[in-house]
Amino acid sequence: NINPCVQIIIHLLSVISQNSAGQFFSSGHTNNWAVLVCTSRFWFNYRHVANTLSVYRSVKRLGIPDSHIVLMLADDMACNHRNPKPATVFSHKNMELNVYGDDVEVDYRGYEVTVENFLRVLTGRLPPSTPRSKRLLSDDRSNILIYLTGHGGNGFLKFQDSEEISNVELADAFEQMWQKRRYNELLFIIDTCQGASMYERFYSPNIMALASSQVGEDSLSHQPDLAIGVHLMDRYTFYMLEFLEDIHPASKTNMNDLFKVCPKSQCVSTPGHRTDLFLRDPGSVLITDFFGSVRKVELTMDAINLTDPINPVNGEEQKEVYSYADQLPVSEIIHQKPKQKDWHPPDGFILGLWTLILLVFFKTYGIKHLKHIF
Amino acid sequence: MAITEVERRRGQLAALSIAAVVIIVGVPLWWRTTETYRAWLPVSQIKDLAKLQLHLSADVEVVFARGTVTPEQQKKVPLTQTQDEEHTVDGDLLMQFMILRSQNMKPARSFDSQTFFPEDTTLRYRYETKYRTATIMEEDALKKPTAAEADLSLHMLSESPCGSLVVYVIPESSSLLPEDVNVYIGQRRTALVRISAQMRVGKTLEQLLAQLEPQIKQVLQVMSFSHTDITVALSDRVRFRPGNKESIADSMRAFKSSPGYEITFSLLNPDPKSHQLHWDIEGAVQTYIQPLLTKLSPLANFSMDSQTLYYTMLGVTPRFDSSFEAYTLNADSLAHVINPVEARLGSNAASSNPVLNFLLYVPDIRHSPLYIHDHRKQEVPSNAFHSPRWGGIMVYNVNGFYGSETEFPVHVNINMAKVMGVFLAQLRLLLGVQSLSPPPGFLVAPCGSTGLADWELDRLMWSRSVENIATATTTITSLAQLLDQIGNIVINDNIAQQVSSAVTSLQLAMAELEVGNLGFALQYSKEAILASEKAFFDPSLLHLLYFPDDQKFAIYIPLFLPMCVPILLSMLKIVSEARQRRREKQAKKE
Repeated sequence: NINPCVQIIIHLLSVISQNSAGQFFSSGHTNNWAVLVCTSRFWFNYRHVANTLSVYRSVKRLGIPDSHIVLMLADDMACNHRNPKPATVFSHKNMELNVYGDDVEVDYRGYEVTVENFLRVLTGRLPPSTPRSKRLLSDDRSNILIYLTGHGGNGFLKFQDSEEISNVELADAFEQMWQKRRYNELLFIIDTCQGASMYERFYSPNIMALASSQVGEDSLSHQPDLAIGVHLMDRYTFYMLEFLEDIHPASKTNMNDLFKVCPKSQCVSTPGHRTDLFLRDPGSVLITDFFGSVRKVELTMDAINLTDPINPVNGEEQKEVYSYADQLPVSEIIHQKPKQKDWHPPDGFILGLWTLILLVFFKTYGIKHLKHIF
Repeated sequence: MAITEVERRRGQLAALSIAAVVIIVGVPLWWRTTETYRAWLPVSQIKDLAKLQLHLSADVEVVFARGTVTPEQQKKVPLTQTQDEEHTVDGDLLMQFMILRSQNMKPARSFDSQTFFPEDTTLRYRYETKYRTATIMEEDALKKPTAAEADLSLHMLSESPCGSLVVYVIPESSSLLPEDVNVYIGQRRTALVRISAQMRVGKTLEQLLAQLEPQIKQVLQVMSFSHTDITVALSDRVRFRPGNKESIADSMRAFKSSPGYEITFSLLNPDPKSHQLHWDIEGAVQTYIQPLLTKLSPLANFSMDSQTLYYTMLGVTPRFDSSFEAYTLNADSLAHVINPVEARLGSNAASSNPVLNFLLYVPDIRHSPLYIHDHRKQEVPSNAFHSPRWGGIMVYNVNGFYGSETEFPVHVNINMAKVMGVFLAQLRLLLGVQSLSPPPGFLVAPCGSTGLADWELDRLMWSRSVENIATATTTITSLAQLLDQIGNIVINDNIAQQVSSAVTSLQLAMAELEVGNLGFALQYSKEAILASEKAFFDPSLLHLLYFPDDQKFAIYIPLFLPMCVPILLSMLKIVSEARQRRREKQAKKE
């Protein structure tokens, strides 16, 4: 009849005392996943895509493979018509750092980034035809990093300029993940205006949350690039990226340093964090527990002695001969002469513009000039 | 005047009838059309299942060979005894703690917080032990020169069903076991226990049995289910229970129970200019791996594929160690080897089954030979390492196959028996066959050519059944809780049917476990898991309808208020007129 709280404390103390021994028990995870979401569309929200891609780049550099990253970008900035440097997304002005790279793998793109798809990815309720790369196949020993960026408000995050996800729905989704033991520990980072409101309603255990601004504050962008014409990054993610550039797979930096990233003097907004739902002390949580993928290994001490000779596989080896089917006759295309451009009638805009000009002219100078025209 | 009276009456009747239609017809219609379709779920049965009570039962036969019992003791044999052990495993304390803490954090919804706690799990173990004496054929079998041969001939005589054990008690004088060994555990479901001389002199049968009991209990701990195994299998429900180090490491290493697994064998050749490698993977898989997988087929489906990758280096540069005249990788740098390689390994896009990767790395000629060293700078004999829930990597050195003047590329045939020996050992570990260190005085026979002893398979089946039952129960209870909490989710008929079939399969599985039919229990538990996962992860159960109260008011007020205001006002007018008339009547009377 011991008070359950005392029982729990005794158990936790014994767990923690065992935690100090052996790498196996310090974090309890065996694999890492990352879900990186950019929720805004349109060219002037370039910075949100750049935010997400820079986090993607850091996470890949620290070891999480593409098969364990679910990247959702709501709009295509690299191939946008207004991008003066196509196939690039820059995060530093003067085009210092191209975060798009040449091996980016976007899992959900454009209009596929919706609240419904995001919740489906988190809870696992995807239709059976969904390929592996679009699923979050985490288990009870996975540490998941969830990064959201976009435009938000008090208690909601805007998706695609047409819908929103509320903090209650997000908290419920995380609770469903916990019920099905789809994560061991979860790190939630959000870089939007009033971001702290999104983690207020969490109630599942083992979640740590960081936000770029408190309720009532706006998250500001960092620097525009005059050649591209838009702001390139948000402040919080910019300074977080600088912090992450110093982390390598074997570093021992812990979460308390991440909480200090971007103080009010640099960020103008006040970043916030929430650790009350997290079991371990944040000082003992390594950055690489979430951003990297450090594997645990064991040496194989036994081997089985096999003495039977190999049975030759019965029948002849039917080697199918495959031939490569030329999908696109590139050589024929590139040597073509340029096609004659067909004449198109002027579209409505030009027609309207000329009508306006004519109307103004006749209004100012009087209708008597009309006979000179016709 | 009469006309206005009629009109007034008509007006009153109209108002009253509109109000009546609104209340009697309108409100129920609105209620019915805005409610969500929710098929019936067996909630009470689910609540019963939430208090998980597992009864595990194993049949043990103890056979006394000639020379172990005296004739007086022999008269009382055959005999049957039943032993029950009961354990209560505390529920997930962390969960309870978090739920208690977050009671005020959770939004106020109509659900009973006490109902679906992950409660304590009650486990009851029963061993039905039958004692008898050996038959003549068994005596002949026990006279064989070595224990392994005796084991084989005993197996030929009778095959024990899965889940059961036979323990043969042999006399002190028997030469089957070497000097310091008292117990021999065979490849199938038999064990040989040597009785010591002082045990049998001048005792009654009960005393003899009491003396034998500790040894038999030890045998059961090794060959059949043990409390630690079962608690490890229940790690979903009892997450933060401090156990011993090995059991926690075991629970993290083995893959969770899944209906299927994919095994991928990859040959990494970073230097094709120097080495032209040839491996007969099809034959090797057919000869060495397939028997194990066939034996494990009641547990899960396995699919295998293989690939060869060229120009893939390890992510770590090995260092040259002059004392060994070879390149070495020490244990600390092994953790960084896997990630760069994993990016290049493909995976089957169609299935969501967990993948086990087995990589064979042949070092390039500039870094040959390459050895793996442990923490004490000793060479690891298998030259291989594995990562929990991922797979294994083995380094195969080929520099011994050719001299220094050969023409490159050198054609090398890889010795698949050696390679598959290591991979098989890693596969066993990753699938959850625990490598126990047996107690002193025990000799465990090496597993046969299939790579798995029958009793090891039984242990796997016990823990898998328990794990499946626990997981299915948790899934069903959390699904019921979720659907209870969120009133807006539509519950289709197919989901209700899946839930019912999951509940039925769970009940059947627990019943079969209680009786001791391990094969059926595993099958029902697999069905239960499949049905519960299908129900939980059904794409239609997405909760997208969260309506805060102010939004609800904002929608309904513009619709209903303009309609209700005239009706209410006319009602009030009728009532006030009726009251006035009554007052006039009373005034007239007086």
